[in-house]
Amino acid sequence: MKKTIKGAEIAIKCLEQAGVETIFAYPGGASMELHQALLKSKIRTILPRHEQGGAFAAAGFARATGKTGVCMATSGPGATNLITGIADAFMDSIPLVAITGQVPSTLIGKSAFQEIDIIGISRPIVKHSYLVLDVDDIPAIFAEAFHIANSGRPGPVLIDLPKNIQQEMSAVSFKSTPALRAYHPDHTLDQKDIDHVCDALEKSTRPCIYAGGGIITSGASKSLAEFAKTNKIPVVTTLMGVGAFPENDDLSMKWLGMHGTVYGNNIANECDLLIVLGARFDDRVTGPPETFAQDATIIHVDIDLSEINKNKKAHIPVIANVKDVLDELNKRKIKTSHAAWLKQAAKWKKESPLAFSRKKEIVPQEVVSLIYDLTKGEAVIVPGVGQHQMWAAQFYNYSFPRQLLTSGGLGTMGFGLPSAMGAKVALPNKTVINIDGDGSAQMNIQELGTIHNEDIDVKIVILNNQHLGMVAQWEDRFYGSARGNTDLRNARSKRPYPDFVTIAKGYQIPGHEVYEKKDLKGAIQEMLDHDGAFLLDIHVEYQEHVLPMIPPGKSYKGILVD
Amino acid sequence: MKQHTISVLVENKFGVLARIAGLFSGRGYNIESLSVNSTQDPTISRMTIVTSGDENVIEQIDKQLNKLIDVIKVTDLAVSDFIERELILVKVAVTAKNRSDIIQITEIFGGKIISVHKKELAVELSGNGEKIDNFISLLAEYEIIELVRTGRVAISRHPGVTEA
Repeated sequence: MKKTIKGAEIAIKCLEQAGVETIFAYPGGASMELHQALLKSKIRTILPRHEQGGAFAAAGFARATGKTGVCMATSGPGATNLITGIADAFMDSIPLVAITGQVPSTLIGKSAFQEIDIIGISRPIVKHSYLVLDVDDIPAIFAEAFHIANSGRPGPVLIDLPKNIQQEMSAVSFKSTPALRAYHPDHTLDQKDIDHVCDALEKSTRPCIYAGGGIITSGASKSLAEFAKTNKIPVVTTLMGVGAFPENDDLSMKWLGMHGTVYGNNIANECDLLIVLGARFDDRVTGPPETFAQDATIIHVDIDLSEINKNKKAHIPVIANVKDVLDELNKRKIKTSHAAWLKQAAKWKKESPLAFSRKKEIVPQEVVSLIYDLTKGEAVIVPGVGQHQMWAAQFYNYSFPRQLLTSGGLGTMGFGLPSAMGAKVALPNKTVINIDGDGSAQMNIQELGTIHNEDIDVKIVILNNQHLGMVAQWEDRFYGSARGNTDLRNARSKRPYPDFVTIAKGYQIPGHEVYEKKDLKGAIQEMLDHDGAFLLDIHVEYQEHVLPMIPPGKSYKGILVD
Repeated sequence: MKQHTISVLVENKFGVLARIAGLFSGRGYNIESLSVNSTQDPTISRMTIVTSGDENVIEQIDKQLNKLIDVIKVTDLAVSDFIERELILVKVAVTAKNRSDIIQITEIFGGKIISVHKKELAVELSGNGEKIDNFISLLAEYEIIELVRTGRVAISRHPGVTEA
């Protein structure tokens, strides 16, 4: 007779079989069986200090590597605390498996203690979800979940596991292959599509590549570089696509959209052929879609059929893995001739580079620029959300995929610290820097505890302007600077509030404050040289605005540069 | 805005209806009628969804439905010839004087009297939406006590399966 083991142990064995090395898991009544099973596993279990931190850390791990991140929480509040992290992963197509404990199946529907319908709550923000009602279904469900999360267009999958199922004994077999008759994420390449792309390219006199996160997801950066360089096509990326193409290349037009470069927005809008690779015409990129690239023939390559014609009509749709498409294109000899266009691109790039004015005081842009210099452009940067995020994306030059890990679609404050933590766990040999704002940093600051306890060497730089800067910027631009709860200062405090270095000290993480320009370089260097986590609280002016800026509802022609 | 009848084959699992309903509500699409039941294969259910929208909306509905893991096949019936039916059960108050009129109307429409009481009749009728509407408007001349109408079901007119 086969040995029987608990459902919880079966679940953990399934994680091992899926190749999971690390799980970010916060225990509770309905998930403690799983934690007991983890004690017997070689999987590294990291205890975050808040379930939301765990979800971001797992997704940060996934963003840094492309491997599926795994987080776990108990039922009820544990599960609801994962929701923001799951939504963030959904919006950015990040492979994530979230496991939630559930009250015993006999109590479901009775408003039991810590019962919540997490399947219902999470439904619009998951790629798929499972409520396990039979212990013998666990292997198949886990195999399916990992397959779905990290195939096609990746996304989060939630598995809700009632406590009685975790406790039930069974001798199930682990040899289960996903049996999903309706899920076919792979698309075979149609050579006719490639012909159409080649024809369009040969006819074009003003081509432009608009590359998104799909390039990074599919590991197509090298293929993209070959395609762009062979055919001399300028490349502009989305925020999610930063690093998909080296920004120090002559053909790079950096990134486009509301706070993208003037030249990047010009090139995408004035081209006659827009080659969209794994991007989705987000409103922060296009502004009003009808005015975006309005004279261009649009080639839209995406693995997700539903993105075609969703926001912008595609003249040549190609439903396929973007890497397959690029590899096929790289086999073709395409006769392109657009020397005048390249000259125009170079002119735009020279005319209006990203810039900031240096002042007596420290400005946030120069901090990012200095971090770039001192890390020789090799660090992985993980910002929160807001002005500092845009500056981190603008004034660091990214040269490899997965170098900027940022909350693009959902724009989630509090993303930075836990995501950087997950990224550093995945990349122990890389310098990982969380560039944060003082607002964002206060959401999920409890993860300093995880960072210290687990010896995770994350460098934390707070661009502290004592404001919710991005909203304050909009107030300055569109609301006569009336501050609608965007000022984080404390009237009774004689110093900037809060004192982040003292908070870090409470978690036994060293740090420094920087007020003056003369101390800046030395402080950043000290942080980089320090063996272990380190926090730098840099006091900057709040009057700085993120520029360029295309005001909401305007086309690229309305771009503001001062 | 054109009305479309969309036939969706789905896995016969719990929660599938909620996923589909959530897709419609979350993206602001309208469900005008819906009917669901299992097919000859007990692991597969068929949903017939009547919705309306411009070309872009219908295209997105089709694509978004196809993205759901439990959706096996989506067929927009508007692109070919199809047969549609709805069913109503209706109770009508009757008097000795008008009873025969109501029975006659029912017979003209091919309906059935399914229950008879001294003061009321229950009638069953199936047909396409227009026929059902016409029948109801004629009965409205009398006193309708209660009416229940199903969602639309539909099937292609061509030989072989609707999905072919």
